[in-house]
Amino acid sequence: MAPETGAEVVLRLDGITKRFGPLVANDAISVTLRKGEVIALLGENGAGKTTLMNILFGHYTADAGTVEVFGQPLPPGHPRAALAAGVGMVHQHFTLADNLTVLENILLGTRPLLAPRLDAREARARVARLSRDFGLAVHPDARVGALSVGERQRVEILKALYRDARILILDEPTAVLTPQETSALFETLRKAVAQGLSVIFISHKLGEVIEISSRVLVLRHGRLVGEVATADTDRHRLAEMMVGAEIAAPRLSERAPGPAFLTLTGVDTPRRGNAPGLKGVTLALRAGQITGLAGVSGNGQAALAALIGGLETPAKGSMELHGARPADWSPRAALTGGIARIPEDRHRTGSVADFTLTENAVLESYAGPPYSRRGWMNWRAADDFARRIIETYDVRCPGPAARIRLLSGGNMQKLILGRALEAGPRIILANQPVRGLDIGAVTFVQNRLIAARDAGAAVLLISEDLDEVMALSDVIHVIYEGRLSPAFPRGTMTPAGLGGWMAGHGFEREHTRGGADAA
Amino acid sequence: MRLEPIANPSPARRLGLPAAALALTVLMASLLALLAGANPFATLGLIVKGAAGSKYALLETLNRATPLIFTGLAVAVAFRAKLWNIGAEAQLYAGAVVTVLLGTGALPLPSALLIPVIALAAMIAGALVLLGPVLLKTRLGVDEVVTTLLFNFIMLLFVSLLLEGPMKDPMGMGWPKSPALEKAARLPRIVEGLRLHWGFALAILSALAVWVIQTRTTLGYEIRAVGLNAEAARFAGIPVGRVMVKTALLSGGLAALAGFSEVAGLKGNLTLDLSPGFGYTGIIVAMLALLNPLGVVVAAIFVAGVFVGADSMSRAAGVPTYIADILMATALLTMVLALRLTHARIRWR
Repeated sequence: MAPETGAEVVLRLDGITKRFGPLVANDAISVTLRKGEVIALLGENGAGKTTLMNILFGHYTADAGTVEVFGQPLPPGHPRAALAAGVGMVHQHFTLADNLTVLENILLGTRPLLAPRLDAREARARVARLSRDFGLAVHPDARVGALSVGERQRVEILKALYRDARILILDEPTAVLTPQETSALFETLRKAVAQGLSVIFISHKLGEVIEISSRVLVLRHGRLVGEVATADTDRHRLAEMMVGAEIAAPRLSERAPGPAFLTLTGVDTPRRGNAPGLKGVTLALRAGQITGLAGVSGNGQAALAALIGGLETPAKGSMELHGARPADWSPRAALTGGIARIPEDRHRTGSVADFTLTENAVLESYAGPPYSRRGWMNWRAADDFARRIIETYDVRCPGPAARIRLLSGGNMQKLILGRALEAGPRIILANQPVRGLDIGAVTFVQNRLIAARDAGAAVLLISEDLDEVMALSDVIHVIYEGRLSPAFPRGTMTPAGLGGWMAGHGFEREHTRGGADAA
Repeated sequence: MRLEPIANPSPARRLGLPAAALALTVLMASLLALLAGANPFATLGLIVKGAAGSKYALLETLNRATPLIFTGLAVAVAFRAKLWNIGAEAQLYAGAVVTVLLGTGALPLPSALLIPVIALAAMIAGALVLLGPVLLKTRLGVDEVVTTLLFNFIMLLFVSLLLEGPMKDPMGMGWPKSPALEKAARLPRIVEGLRLHWGFALAILSALAVWVIQTRTTLGYEIRAVGLNAEAARFAGIPVGRVMVKTALLSGGLAALAGFSEVAGLKGNLTLDLSPGFGYTGIIVAMLALLNPLGVVVAAIFVAGVFVGADSMSRAAGVPTYIADILMATALLTMVLALRLTHARIRWR
């Protein structure tokens, strides 16, 4: 699908520079997008991808540089200008109204607010045509709230196409998709470029970038460090460009699993808002073993994490910790039971943004010696603890008295990891431990988890990244609508096989058996 | 228009913006004085003189600051935990009622024992008044802004009922006021002959105590964690509900000390006009102090000074005392805006 080099230039970013105080988020970045091509914007978190797109969309104004769409300069700072010029963006977090239908969502904002009534017939026909032409199957009258994540993404793309977008920008579009949904998305993108659209695909997943794009632009620390034709490169070289150094993939040694530290038998938990509860979950977390939990986001991962983390109690079934049913179950009981928790959302759940590193370091352990005695804090001991974490876990920061909100995601996560692991846990609950981290931090966190497993801890790794689950787990369960698949030992399943389970196939037959432990 | 955060504001920004806020407040006051037909410089001069121009004026300001320190602390403590206690007024009256109940001959104790017992009992009463709304909040999710605010009116009507009925002074010539406290229950003056009573010292001590609690104890740590991020606190095993209750007990107790100190230190009996809104002004004090307990002392003295100064100015210059309320409101609004803008700049478009 590589376009002839002479194809019309549809978008030109020229010398874009944006500074936030001393930080240069974009340093003289130039990008050219031609008609009918997919270019990938590859970079770690904080590399400047989002800033660049925000400038294109007029959310920020650049300190220097110009944006041209179809040869026309775009006035800086006008979000509507980019839309009007035919640039459509599909955000990582969708911007749909759950209580409206697909069609209503697509029409939203395209007509005058006080129009007497929606003449939907023509619009419906157009949406039907678009969804046929681009392979975006979704029912126009379905409520968006009832759709799966993949379907919602299709609605977002339809919305952009309906507004005559000729340039599509997709920000981390595959983060929430199953492998099957990802291939369907790629099919759509191929159809789109065949019809003359141009696509910017923002991602940090190398495999997908190589599959879909014809050119790759690599950003690092706000600079454009490389621009290569996809055909001339490979994963390894792209990764090196992205990080600026060589990286080794994590490796699991052979290790026989030990006794089960935590077992769930037929556990149900109640639904919480939009998040499904668990249904008849049976699971054993064994010493010296990483149990991977794969699944599309929102299928009960949160419920399982809440249960093991002490925030939820089983409504039915039983939970045994170290061979006994815990008398009462709370976050503190989980902590004293030797469970270390790395929460999914390090900003909202894992840390207090306006607390110092020291205050965050003792968040789970402040209530007893050495950090407090008879209700009086011992800040010196707490400071020492924070310093120890900073040193052992390589937390880059101004010092223990700095507020944690100043830290990057990776360094924040290292502090949370250190806080959890320094307690010497026997069970580690790691919920999306590397999401949004740069590759250096990812490797660091993953190696620490493996080291803890080798030292005999039982690890539960919850991740939406199937590659990560497959690389790190001794056994894998798939979670779907609150139910757990059987345990698949390492190496017995292909991504496609797990993808089938992630889409719910197999549960009809299996769930009555309740994930028997195949290990 | 959008706000762009500033990670490390410059010292010029840190000092300049609050100074500009203060200047704006003074300008506003000058305009109002001009509008009232007075010379603005003279008016401002009279306010300063009336607040701090003489030993008498200064002591009057400190006297007026005393209840504001207590209510300011009560609000600051609660707001730290994001517990929106708008009911310091009710807790103040609860403390005052208990002070009268126990201080009019009910307890045959020597002064050195009687005063601490009454103070403690007043604190418990104030704490209990706030306990209800807080339990409703933690157990049932009822908004405490509404409950604590409405409780102020219930309390005021309840006090009115007491003063017209069981607590009415039989010697009061029919006025709705309580009997006077016995001598042993009165807070003595710090220096004989000067009007400042020991309530002021107690207020300063309370501010120090709150500061120590917030910075040195596990409870203070818990309160700050719950206030800054309740979800993270709960996840980390901090018993959020229990911390809220403890915060409420502390906050209600502090507000009740304002009532105790006004009755036992200044007025000697309870009337319906014991508090001209000290509970509400405490919110302004706490906000101006950025919820810092030591800052509360400074803010309370500043606010008290403006009111006392405006009182005396009004007698001399004929400008209405309402100027004090407007000054306070302007100071609060401009100061809050200044502090917001210290950490962010406005970008148009």
